[in-house]
Amino acid sequence: MQRVSAKVLSRVRELMADGTVTKVVGWKKGEFFYDCTPFVFETVESLDELVYDSFCAANLSKYMIKNSVIPEGQTGKVLVLLKPCDTYSFNQLLTEHRIVRENVYILGVGCEGMADIERVKAQGIKGITGASEKDGILTVETVYGNKEVAVKDVLVNKCETCKGKAHVIYDELISENEDEGAAGDRFEGVRALEAMTSEERFAFWKAELSKCIRCNACRNACPACSCRKCVFDNNASGIASKANTDSFEEKMFHIIRAFHVAGRCTDCGECTRVCPQGIPLHLFNRKYIKDINEFYGDYSAGETAGQRGPLINFTKDDVEPQIVSDREGN
Amino acid sequence: MPINEANQEIKKEWKPKIVAFCCNWCSYAGADLAGSSRLVYPADVKIIRVPCSCRVNPMFILRAFEKGADGVILCGCHPGDCHYSTGNYYTRRRMTLLFSMLDYIGVEKGRTRVEWVSAAEGVKFSTVMNNFVSKIYELGENVKVGDLRCKE
Ligand code: SF4
Ligand code: SF4
Ligand code: SF4
Ligand code: FES
Repeated sequence: MQRVSAKVLSRVRELMADGTVTKVVGWKKGEFFYDCTPFVFETVESLDELVYDSFCAANLSKYMIKNSVIPEGQTGKVLVLLKPCDTYSFNQLLTEHRIVRENVYILGVGCEGMADIERVKAQGIKGITGASEKDGILTVETVYGNKEVAVKDVLVNKCETCKGKAHVIYDELISENEDEGAAGDRFEGVRALEAMTSEERFAFWKAELSKCIRCNACRNACPACSCRKCVFDNNASGIASKANTDSFEEKMFHIIRAFHVAGRCTDCGECTRVCPQGIPLHLFNRKYIKDINEFYGDYSAGETAGQRGPLINFTKDDVEPQIVSDREGN
Repeated sequence: MPINEANQEIKKEWKPKIVAFCCNWCSYAGADLAGSSRLVYPADVKIIRVPCSCRVNPMFILRAFEKGADGVILCGCHPGDCHYSTGNYYTRRRMTLLFSMLDYIGVEKGRTRVEWVSAAEGVKFSTVMNNFVSKIYELGENVKVGDLRCKE
């Protein structure tokens, strides 16, 4: 990661300096070293602030909707740094004609898993002031001295079940790792819920959804949620903002948000990652993915550009909705 | 009987609210036929006519529940017979996934149903509605999926 990172930074500089690209969409350190924030760099000098480290989990593909449109009178391409999982989102956006491909220069960057600062803290590490990674070990600087922790023990939720380290689309690649994904079973959580009784599931979701503050961060971060006008911004709907009447009333938002991205969700994990309340949104998305795989055959959104998604497709002998009541289970 | 008590008596007697989305070309005509053939189905069913079953956005179904429906049934032409050729094939996929999700969050799956009813099936229409209504009576009042924000 460290080696990849150094190569990435110098290569980006080169491409900008020789005029191949005129803008760079990358990450910049935020208020704290661990909040690496998406940023558009427009000059070579500004690239001093570009970072690529174990805290660059943010998926930059969504920013290319806007940034791949080159204003009239300007030339040159826009460089975007994409990790392997991000390239699925990029492909999906290409499928939906949201990105002008020829204006984009994709620099695929290798990844060995991203660290979640909350999980670092959960290891009992306090007073954190900085961190650096080498060969899978995160050296965390604290006011009490340095502590070491393996990146694989503090992975961001999505990285636990990584789809694989291969990029599905790129113009140039800087990676030292083309492994298969992580060994984790991404449907484990969904299966556990399915095994519960209906009452238990209701109680589980009621507890989770009552935490939702309707900040809409999950929607805003999602590359699939890129509608120009979102249904949830309609104030007349009665559900545009937080309910304070019943703890289950955010269900509509959650079911519909996940439904709108069903068949288009690449399981990039941004929604769960950005939720300030720690709501396991992936359990919604993965339920749809699992059902789609079971009912209509395996499908992976974003694997290639131009696929016809399962919800805009059909076969004459699809299962009837009745299957939900008829199948085994509670 | 004092008036108060009488009022309470009335309140206790719960009547389900059932919304039936029927496509214009088959199921709505089926309902018409049921009517003109003097077949009975419970008055608890409120029919909403839609141009095609695939007009029914999953949000409509949730919306009906939020506003206090106890059951929602969607009727369309038989697969292959949709007036717009393929609308109901999309409906079938959407509703399968939606119903599965409702089940997943612990809402009784019996409260939602899809039935294919043609214009010639007045009898089927009335049987389907009778069955569905008795199912909803069994399940009782919808308490889980309402939304106070959406009620007048
Ligand atoms: S990010 Fe979390 S708290 Fe915010 S709207 Fe989404 S689920 Fe609710
Ligand atoms: S729903 Fe979540 S996992 Fe799916 S594409 Fe959107 S942000 Fe990524
Ligand atoms: S929630 Fe639905 S309407 Fe809103 S941005 Fe996402 S896909 Fe679009
Ligand atoms: S017109 Fe009846 S289902 Fe399409």
